[in-house]
Amino acid sequence: MSFENVTSDVHIKRRSRNLGVAACLVGFMVLLFALTMVKVQETGANQGFDHVVRPELLPVEGS
Amino acid sequence: MTDASLHIATGGPETAEYEPTFGDYFALLKPRVMSLVVFTALVGILAAPSAGLHPVEAFAALLFIAIGAGASGALNMWWDADIDGVMKRTAKRPIPSGRVTPKDALHLGLGLSLLSVMMLWLTTNWLAGALLAFTIFFYAVVYSMWLKRSTPQNIVIGGAAGAFPPMIGWVAVTGSVSVEAVLMFALIFMWTPPHFWALALFMRSDYDDAGVPMLTVTHGRRATRRHILAYTVLLAALAVGAAFTGIGGPVYLAVAVIANAIFLRDAFRISRRSEADAEADNFRVERSFFRFSLLYLFLHFGAIWVEAVLPQGAWGGFF
Repeated sequence: MSFENVTSDVHIKRRSRNLGVAACLVGFMVLLFALTMVKVQETGANQGFDHVVRPELLPVEGS
Repeated sequence: MTDASLHIATGGPETAEYEPTFGDYFALLKPRVMSLVVFTALVGILAAPSAGLHPVEAFAALLFIAIGAGASGALNMWWDADIDGVMKRTAKRPIPSGRVTPKDALHLGLGLSLLSVMMLWLTTNWLAGALLAFTIFFYAVVYSMWLKRSTPQNIVIGGAAGAFPPMIGWVAVTGSVSVEAVLMFALIFMWTPPHFWALALFMRSDYDDAGVPMLTVTHGRRATRRHILAYTVLLAALAVGAAFTGIGGPVYLAVAVIANAIFLRDAFRISRRSEADAEADNFRVERSFFRFSLLYLFLHFGAIWVEAVLPQGAWGGFF
């Protein structure tokens, strides 16, 4: 086996391994995104103050 | 990894600098075992009552249970590399064949264990995550590091590790352990000893050579044959009895009766056979029993799945 063939074989194996890892990472990112969307939807509608205080969201005194 | 290794790298595992492929690392996760885990865990998820998980959550839960099972497989291969190299059945695994270093296998196993437990917890609930963590610990530490090399009951107790996936699937949906989840656990737990002892009967030199104290080595082959029958009788009672619980029904009962009749018949044949008989036909009955045991488990969990998708009340309610 010549030097060129050896390096070529190694590069091919590394490329396939790197592609496999990349595919796993991309798949994991997509899954995390999908899970986040599902969890947020399951939580239901949320309201917050955002940038302006909204009196209707403040706790009622005495309750 | 740098390109410095290119100067001495070659393409075969028999040489010092073999370049592992993605498939070599994937093989550390024991894909065939993972497929069984995926199937039984899926049945656990589908059989669980309540509205269930969102399909995305169910898919993620299944994936993380499978990754956890694979991680425990990698840890098992890391620890057992010495005896894997001795046994014909396992000599071609990535570590004994030199394709992956033990250190890489350990790192992969630990990393995926952590990832799978955390993600299952976040995706479903803490109990499912804790059960998965316990399963990995049980398989890698209790079974692989302790029981496997110290007691002939290794398979009996260690079988619990393989029995957890449907229970984890159930708990991922419901958040609690119930009788049905325990029954699915018990089904695999009781199935494991006869399955592996049949394998030990016709792969006998493997376990002898590796010094693993299988029942065939410590108590003899006659005793192993009797044990297979005893455990199969107990398994059959459990498997048929489960038909009258929440996971059972008419379809499951029909499957269980037929499958257990065949399994019992073969177990009885094994118990009656002498070593001379077995040698004469190259362990035909033992091999057939082993092969059928795989189908046996598939049929039972397939039937539980069918019962889960059938309209409620199809059984008429024994309990």
